[in-house]
Amino acid sequence: MKIMVAVKRVIDYAVKIRVKPDKSGVETANVKMSMNPFCEIALEEALRLREAGHASEVLVVSMGGTQCSDTLRTALAMGADRAIHVSTSHSLFPLTVAKLLQALATSEKPNILLLGKQAIDDDANQTGQMVAGLLQWPQGTFASKVQIDKETVGSVTVEREVDGGLETVKLQLPAVITTDLRLNQPRYATLPNIMKAKKKTITQITPEQLGVQITSDLEILEVFEPPKRKAGVIVASVDELLDKLKNEAHVI
Amino acid sequence: MWRRSKHACLRATQFAKLLFSPHLADSSYLHISTGLHLPVLLSADVQSTCNAGESTGIRIVCGVYMNWKRPLNQQFWKHWQRGLATSPGATKVFRDPRFAKLEESDMQHFQEIVGDKGVIVDSSELEVANTDWMNKYHGQSQLLLRPQTTQQVAEILKFCNSRCLAVVPQGGNTGLVGGSVPVFDEIILNLGAMKSILSFDEVSGILVCEAGCILENLDTFVGTKGFTMPLDLGAKGSCQIGGNVSTNAGGLRLLRYGSLHGNVLGLEVVLANGTVVDMLGTLRKDNTGYDLKQLFIGGEGTLGVVTKVSILTPPKLASTNVAFLACEDYESCQNALKEAKKQLGEILSAFEFIDRPALDMALCHLEGTRDPLPSKHNFYLLVETTGSNEAHDKEKLDAFLEAGMELGYFVDGTVAQDSTQAGSFWEIREGISEALVKAGAVYKYDLSVPIKSFYRIVEDLRAQLGNAAVVVAYGHLGDGNVHLNVSAPKYDEQLLAKIEPFVYEWTAACKGSVSAEHGLGFMKPHALHYSKSEEAIHLMEGFKKLLDPKGILNPYKVLPACAATSTCFVSV
Repeated sequence: MKIMVAVKRVIDYAVKIRVKPDKSGVETANVKMSMNPFCEIALEEALRLREAGHASEVLVVSMGGTQCSDTLRTALAMGADRAIHVSTSHSLFPLTVAKLLQALATSEKPNILLLGKQAIDDDANQTGQMVAGLLQWPQGTFASKVQIDKETVGSVTVEREVDGGLETVKLQLPAVITTDLRLNQPRYATLPNIMKAKKKTITQITPEQLGVQITSDLEILEVFEPPKRKAGVIVASVDELLDKLKNEAHVI
Repeated sequence: MWRRSKHACLRATQFAKLLFSPHLADSSYLHISTGLHLPVLLSADVQSTCNAGESTGIRIVCGVYMNWKRPLNQQFWKHWQRGLATSPGATKVFRDPRFAKLEESDMQHFQEIVGDKGVIVDSSELEVANTDWMNKYHGQSQLLLRPQTTQQVAEILKFCNSRCLAVVPQGGNTGLVGGSVPVFDEIILNLGAMKSILSFDEVSGILVCEAGCILENLDTFVGTKGFTMPLDLGAKGSCQIGGNVSTNAGGLRLLRYGSLHGNVLGLEVVLANGTVVDMLGTLRKDNTGYDLKQLFIGGEGTLGVVTKVSILTPPKLASTNVAFLACEDYESCQNALKEAKKQLGEILSAFEFIDRPALDMALCHLEGTRDPLPSKHNFYLLVETTGSNEAHDKEKLDAFLEAGMELGYFVDGTVAQDSTQAGSFWEIREGISEALVKAGAVYKYDLSVPIKSFYRIVEDLRAQLGNAAVVVAYGHLGDGNVHLNVSAPKYDEQLLAKIEPFVYEWTAACKGSVSAEHGLGFMKPHALHYSKSEEAIHLMEGFKKLLDPKGILNPYKVLPACAATSTCFVSV
């Protein structure tokens, strides 16, 4: 069985984000970047499935400019077997990414496509669902547990975190699974593996070769910081509170 | 009865004279008269603290051995018992009778100076302020003062000096040698309410702030301007900059940014008599007269109270990398250090050492930590680089890691792929102290030794103690500073006897420091002579007398003469 994992390079979660002065986006120059935490969890799950004997190959995919290779090297250092870099300088939105993944899935034919549930830079939470729709594959999103039963070949059981609690679904393979926080704790990439990863190949491919046209169906108009929270006020009495609620906050 | 006592008294006197004779110019200093005064015997390791020049009599740190069958009177007994320091493992000290006792009129006076907010007598708050971070030293102060301005500090000290009331300056109370808590009923002068940032120059990076600012808050503040504090330690969430300066705190980045002696540009201090000395310069270079602030940096609150600090902060560089490496033996650790300095040179910002028992301690007692590596090894190194260019730094780090692996210096390791992973490595290293406290009783030693001998002392101490306790070692290998800790289920005099003076003698033998960065506090005045000469100690005592003639600032600490404060004759 082959597993394909899609990873995204995002601004490191601990960095204090600054909006560019022209409000066209956030500052990314000279800012620490790393693999999206949910993508890391997806990769870890793929590696565990391979270690448990359910899969024979873990293939990792990323899309974007030349620096994607850093993220792919990290993924290879964690233990992925092969990497594919879809190189493009265009800005990518979820639908485009989903189309590119559809093309790759059609050519690579993985049994499971693992993704993080969302990226921490746009919080879109759309790519996994869209690619499942395009491929007409079943999907198990917000996975907090993934189980492959050796007996029932051709299906995977996914426990999903939903608002009401936990929902268990059984999906026929091939399927799309997006990972949530509690699924696993990603491993550290050890030095010997980091050294080995340097020698592994990253296949370069362009969107044209995949037959996908990059059209921006979305346009960012403006990016601005949320208004600063105003300091709270301590009121002296209940009457004052009622007065403020009525006349200042207009909630009663 | 008296005759028997007299005889016993004389016997004790003779014995004391025998002990004292090498140190005494004139043995008639021993004014022992029978009946009212008690002879006392010295414990062997404090003989050298005996100061023969004192005209007030021999000052000794001691346990009292009594030969007669009944106490002279009840009042004396009470006085004696109260005089003993309460914690195990501390040398027994008497409360210095020269210090006055707190009275109602004093309380009123303080209330006038700092207002009701600044006077705290609540027992639960006092208990926290009276206890040190390691829960090893417990004072008995009845009053906690929280001044809000330098002027208030000056007035408090002027008053205390005139009344001869002892004072303990206190910041975050995270010190590890009992220097920030009272021994008896000294008034606690907590500077936590003085926490304003006064100015920050964004071109030079010079920060001026009050002593009660918490280090982490300062780091966050200068971080927003693109700078970072030049020191970083595990206690950063609680420790205050005034305390850091007073203890010349070292920490994790001393390797890169140097010590506070170099980074502090100016201080405002209040002397024991209430004089405010403004040395709050913000100049990088100022060779006008003697550099007095250096006395207060590391003075541990015994020469003056630091109220404002002016410190140089380096720019915060964008690219940080943290690697966690495993070595089989100590020799490899040394080789790795050499290689790191060569290959990483200017971007190296931390080089920490952790041995397996220390890692086990951290993993066991700290929640949410896990071993970064899949298999167990003997020694671990935490290497951090900080530079301005991510690509260049990664290249240098890769070169270092490849070289190290090829030469066999490290057998395994991992590089943090994002800040979460980097944070988890630091959490382990910074949390070892906390883990040790959670594990039970801990005897802490902080030694500077030649890097070659760094681990030999650990092995020797392990051999010495056997199964009685667990010896763990970790520390700033890059600076030659080992934190040697002995963990036991509870504090035990017998265990302590096996550790001290063995550790100090070992350190003295290789001309090391018995306290690399923790300071002397209450725990180590008796060990000062292992690292400093008699003449140097004499000179220190001279400065203390000059700046604090009545000895009210942080008494019983730092200098051996101050630790042995009471006269050996308790008159009733």
